[in-house]
Amino acid sequence: MKSDRAQVAHLMRRAGFGATPSELDYFTQNRTYESIVEELVNPEGTEEIDDRFINRYYSGEGVPPYVGKWLFRMINTKRPLEEKMALFLHHIFPVAWGKSEHGPSIFTEIDMFRRVGLSNFRNILVELSKDPAMIYWLDNNENHKSEINENYGRELLELFSMGVGNYTEDDIKNASRAFTGWTFSQPIPIYPQGHYPARFEFHPDDHDNDEKTFLGQKGNFNGEDIIDIIVKRDATAKFVSRHLCNFFVEDEPQVPAWNIEPPKNPDLVDHLAKTFVDSDGNMRSVLKELFNSEEFKESINKNKVKSPTELVAGVIKQVGNFREIKPGLESYIGALTVMGQSLLNPPTVEGWHTGSEWIDSGTLSERINFASAEFSDDESPGVRELIDRAGSLDDEPKQLVDRCLDLLGGVQVSQNTHGELVEYASGLKTSDESSEMTDLIRMIVSTVDYQYA
Amino acid sequence: MVTENKEKVLVVIQLTGGNDFMNTIVPYTNGHYYDARQKVVIKQEEVIPINDTLAFNPNNAALKPLFDSGKLGIIQGIGYPDSNRSHFRGMDIWHTCEPDKIGTEGWLGLAVREMDPNQENVLTGVNIGRGLPRAMSVAGVPVTSIGDIDGYGVMNDIEKAQLRDRSIQAFKNIYGQAIGTGPVSEYIGKTGIDILKGADMLSDVAAAYTSSVEYADNPIAKSLKDVARIHLAGLGTRVFYTNHGGYDHHANEMLAHPGLMRDLSGAIADFMDDLEEHDAADDVAILVFTEFGRRMRDNGSGTDHGSGGGAFLIGKNVKGGFYSEYPSLDPVDWEHGEDLKHTIDYRGIYATLLEQWLGVESKPIVRGHYEQIDPFLN
Repeated sequence: MKSDRAQVAHLMRRAGFGATPSELDYFTQNRTYESIVEELVNPEGTEEIDDRFINRYYSGEGVPPYVGKWLFRMINTKRPLEEKMALFLHHIFPVAWGKSEHGPSIFTEIDMFRRVGLSNFRNILVELSKDPAMIYWLDNNENHKSEINENYGRELLELFSMGVGNYTEDDIKNASRAFTGWTFSQPIPIYPQGHYPARFEFHPDDHDNDEKTFLGQKGNFNGEDIIDIIVKRDATAKFVSRHLCNFFVEDEPQVPAWNIEPPKNPDLVDHLAKTFVDSDGNMRSVLKELFNSEEFKESINKNKVKSPTELVAGVIKQVGNFREIKPGLESYIGALTVMGQSLLNPPTVEGWHTGSEWIDSGTLSERINFASAEFSDDESPGVRELIDRAGSLDDEPKQLVDRCLDLLGGVQVSQNTHGELVEYASGLKTSDESSEMTDLIRMIVSTVDYQYA
Repeated sequence: MVTENKEKVLVVIQLTGGNDFMNTIVPYTNGHYYDARQKVVIKQEEVIPINDTLAFNPNNAALKPLFDSGKLGIIQGIGYPDSNRSHFRGMDIWHTCEPDKIGTEGWLGLAVREMDPNQENVLTGVNIGRGLPRAMSVAGVPVTSIGDIDGYGVMNDIEKAQLRDRSIQAFKNIYGQAIGTGPVSEYIGKTGIDILKGADMLSDVAAAYTSSVEYADNPIAKSLKDVARIHLAGLGTRVFYTNHGGYDHHANEMLAHPGLMRDLSGAIADFMDDLEEHDAADDVAILVFTEFGRRMRDNGSGTDHGSGGGAFLIGKNVKGGFYSEYPSLDPVDWEHGEDLKHTIDYRGIYATLLEQWLGVESKPIVRGHYEQIDPFLN
C-alpha cells in the first residue's frame, strides 16, 4: 500500500464526488497521498471528457439536460477537482436561470467556472465580471456612466471577495463606476432560431473615465484595476480561504455571520491566506496546501453535511448505472430539488445555506429514501460489484459491515452506528425471512453518518 | 388583544408562478381591461357575473356557490410597495415578510413555533408536497413535509414485515442515540426521530378516512384530499401548506389557465363539501395567494410579470364578499409602466389570520403593524 485507504477515500469525497472500490484499489496500491493531491490540482495531464460525446444524449437547451450533463461529468471525470471547483464557484457566485432572459448564458457560466476554477483568483474575478449571466443577474448592464447601478459593485466586495467590514459605501460607488460600460451583446431573439449565448462587451462610451478613489488608492480605474486592488487585500485572502475551508474541510456558519464568528479552523485559514498572498492568489497552490494539511486529514469524520449534489452524485457514482453515457441523468434534478438544491437555481445571491441547514424532516426523508432506493437493485453494476466483494450474510457480521463501509467509498460511522449495523447484520443472518445483502447496504446509506461528506 | 383559538386551522394554497388575477375575477364592464387585453382576455359574454363590475372566470364556476352562500371572501389588490417581478424573490418576500432584505424565517414557521413552543407535535405544521417552502421553514422548528401520506416516513418500501420492523428499530437506535455526538449529529438524529413520530401518527390516516366526496384526479385535488384526511384524523395540525404550480403564463395563457382554474375551484369546492360532510368545517379557513399579478397588457399569447394580485379567503366562518378595492385599471394610475397598484398590504392579511384566527401575535412575524380586515364570523 502506498497510501491509506480511508484517507484517500476522504480526499476523493471532498475533492471530488467519491471513489469506487476499484478506483480506491488503484490509488492506494500505486500512488502516495501527496501525488494524488498533485494530480487533483494539476489535472492537465489527465484525460478530459469530450463534450461532443455527452451532447449526443443530453442535447437541447433546457436546464434538466444541462444538469444531467453536469452530473455525468461529476461521476465520470478523471479530473474531479475541476468539477468540484465548478460547483464551489456556483455556490459562492450563485446565479439562477430564473433571472436570465438569455438562455444558455447560465450554461456557459458553469463551463467558465470549470475552466477557471483552478487558475488564479484575479483571473476568476475578471472572468466573473465579464460573464453575461452574472452581468444580467446583478444588473451591471444597467450600470451606466450617467447613472450607476451598484448591485454588482456591492456584491463583488461583500459576497465575492472581501466580506463586510472591509470597505466603505464610497468604495462600492467607486467600484461600480469602474465597471460602467461592462455589459453584454444582446443575443439574437429566441424565436425562431432558438437561443444563442450572449457575449461580453465593453462600451467605452458608457464607461466613467474620471478619477476614482478605491480602498485608499486614486486613479482612472477600470474594472480590472479594481480587481487588481481587491485581490491584493489580506481580507480577500482570508475570505477566500475561509470559503475553501467551509466547502472542503468543515461547515462554517452562513456567510453573513463571518464578521462576527471566528473561523472553525483559524490556523488553517491563516495558512491558506498566507499561501494565497505568496502565490498571487494561485488556487492550485492554496488547494494543495489545504488537502495536505493536518486539519483536512483530521476532518475525516462528521464535520460536513453533504450538499444534495454531493449526496446524489456520490450515490449515482457508487451504484454505477451511468458509467457509460446514456440518457436518464436529467431526471435527478427532481431529487436535487426536493433535497433543497436545485442546481442552476440558487435561491438568492447569497447562495444556498449549507451545513445543518440542508436538513429538515422533508429533506432528510428525501435523502434517506433516495439513497436507499438507489442501492436496492442488485443488478446495478456498482451494487453487484460491492456484493461480490463484500461477501455474504453468512460471514462474520462485524467484518461484513466493515467491508461494506469500505466498499461504499470509505464511509465513516460512529461507534454507536457501527454497533447497531453489526447487530442489524446479525439479525439478517438469523432471520426467518430471506434477507439480501442489499438490505444491509440500504441500512448503511440510511444512517445519520451517511449524511456527512 | 390576542385570543386563544387553540383549535383553529389554516390551510394555505400557494398558486405558483403569478396568477392572472384580472382573468380570475374579471372586471367585465371595464373598458380599460378590454383595451389592454386583446387576446388574453375573458369575453364579457362568457363570464359569471358577481355584481355590476366583477365576475368569475367561467372556469371558476365551482366557486360561485361558495360565494353565494357567503363563504368566499375575495381580497382585491393584495400586494406591497414596489412589487418584485422575480418569482423567486417575490415568493421569498411573501414567505418571510422581508421585502427589503433577504429573510430566512418563514411566517408560518414562526406561527408554528408560537403555537407549539415545546415542539410537542411534529404535525403542528404540515406541508403537503415534497421539499419545504420557505414560508414553513424556521431553523429548529420541526415541520412535516408529506409527499405521499401512504408512503410517508422511511423504510416503508420494505415489503417483508419483520425486516421492515427490524430496519425501523435499527434506524430508531441509530438516530435516537446520535445524542452526545456533537450538535449537528444531534440535530440530524432528532430530525430522523421526528420523521418516525410523524409517520407513526400518519400510519392510520388513510385507513380511517371514508367520504362520499370524489375528488378529481389532479395535483391540487390530491393535495387538498390529503389535507382533509389529516385534518379529519384529528392529529392536531394547525397549519397546512400546499402548492398549485403552473401559473407563469407568458405564452399560451388561454390554453393553460382555464384548466388550472377548473382544477383549483373544483378541488376547493370538494374539500369544503368533504369537511361539511364530516361536520369539520367550522374551524378551517383557507387562504389562496400568489406572488404577483400579471401586467395590464397581454403580449399576444400570454402575460408578463406584474403586480396587484388577488387572494381568496374561504371558510364556513369566513364572511363572504369583497375586501379592499379592485386596483384601478385606468392607465393614469398604473405603476412601473403597466402594473396595477396594490390596495392592501399582504402583511395586513397575514396579521388578520395570525391574530383573529390562529391567536398568535402578529407584530414580530409580519414585522410591524399593517391594516387588518374583519373577515371572520366569530
